[in-house]
Amino acid sequence: MTEINVRVDGVAYADAVEPRTLLVHYLREQLGKVGTVVGCDTSNCGACTVHLDGEAVKSCTVLAVQADGCEVTTIEGIAPQGSLHPMQKAFHEMHGLQCGFCTPGMIMASIDLVNDNPNPTDDEVREGIEGNLCRCTGYQNIVRAVQQAAAEMSGGAPTSSETLGAQS
Amino acid sequence: MIPAAFAYARPTTIDEALQAVADGGEDVKIMAGGQSLIPVMRLRLAAPETVVDLTRVAEMRGVREEGDAIVIGAMTTHSDVLSDPLIAQWAPLIADATETVADRQVRHRGTFGGALAHADPAGDLPAVALALDAEFVIAGLNGRRTVGAAEFFVDYLTTALEEGELLVEIRVPKLQGTWGMHYEKFNRVAQAWSIVAVAAAVRREGGVIAEARIGLTNMGPVPLRASGVEAALAGAEATAEAIAAAADRAAEGTSPSSDLNAQADYRQHLVTVLTRRAVTAAAGL
Repeated sequence: MTEINVRVDGVAYADAVEPRTLLVHYLREQLGKVGTVVGCDTSNCGACTVHLDGEAVKSCTVLAVQADGCEVTTIEGIAPQGSLHPMQKAFHEMHGLQCGFCTPGMIMASIDLVNDNPNPTDDEVREGIEGNLCRCTGYQNIVRAVQQAAAEMSGGAPTSSETLGAQS
Repeated sequence: MIPAAFAYARPTTIDEALQAVADGGEDVKIMAGGQSLIPVMRLRLAAPETVVDLTRVAEMRGVREEGDAIVIGAMTTHSDVLSDPLIAQWAPLIADATETVADRQVRHRGTFGGALAHADPAGDLPAVALALDAEFVIAGLNGRRTVGAAEFFVDYLTTALEEGELLVEIRVPKLQGTWGMHYEKFNRVAQAWSIVAVAAAVRREGGVIAEARIGLTNMGPVPLRASGVEAALAGAEATAEAIAAAADRAAEGTSPSSDLNAQADYRQHLVTVLTRRAVTAAAGL
């Protein structure tokens, strides 16, 4: 076992982990942070995306010991209890989910994208979330949600050239 | 899926890392960004006795200028490569290719040196390193040696790195004159590996292509230079016709595999098309 000290969603933890423990399993099983989910287990789907020292990573492809001394933010830590982050609010309002399984990772990847690019075009959103798979929505409403959130996060107007369909 | 148990070492200097590798027993794996290694460990395709994690070796990160070359630390992440001003100035081909690697999350962890040392034939950076005549600086307990790109890639997933050695940095010569560069990649879906890709660097003198360097991804077990195309382009008019005629030679000497993505003959056709596109873009046409 290896001792690690890590801050997760603002709370400091000191734990002993096996080196082979994946960060996602540490978060879910030792800390009970089950908002972060395991989708594919092959580094493809992005459902397990969290922020490690402020950068989006796939937590199934990082060892828990590698987070030693680092700050981890999960979907559970992006907004105060009882409120929604602008990205969560936009996914809700724009119907950016159906079954919702990919949503925690989609939101964490999208926040990371908007942090780098506050005003992404449709194509830039699609490129930016290429590491996250959604099998329900066809992505259309996810792209709209990311753009609405980007506008709210930067205080500007949305740039989407797409008109909203009847379902939106 | 959880990896098999292993001993974990996290050195903070190159010397410590070399010692950790030497002390790690019979089956040691060196982990750079871990974005290829952790997945294969989860699948138990690799079950090393010891993992030596280089993520805290600060001296292996970053890009610096050293005379007539830029030197890229092996542990520089793809994400850092993309925002590096020296790479943008001297070797934009590297950024062009890096942008196509995997996805944002993977690029935050994955490293330039890790991708080169992994030497996957479908990986994007080996062909770029080959086209730019990069040199690989390898450290061992007995000192350092430098290997040219053509000698570094030995076979499928196999490099000139010997047991106990570490790829520490990559020297990329500064190209003199005015060069245009482009990486043209073909794949079918997001975050997929290259079915075929072409790295092109072209130096124009007025209406003539003075010099071209073409690296091919996934056209054999190791990255290849399209020397027939390079020879045909040297001194050629910078016209669509001349480029297309030269690009027709791109499959010469290649030995691509057939797999679920494509048959070998399809790859040999594709490489001529992608070479034409890559050279056209690099030549600014």
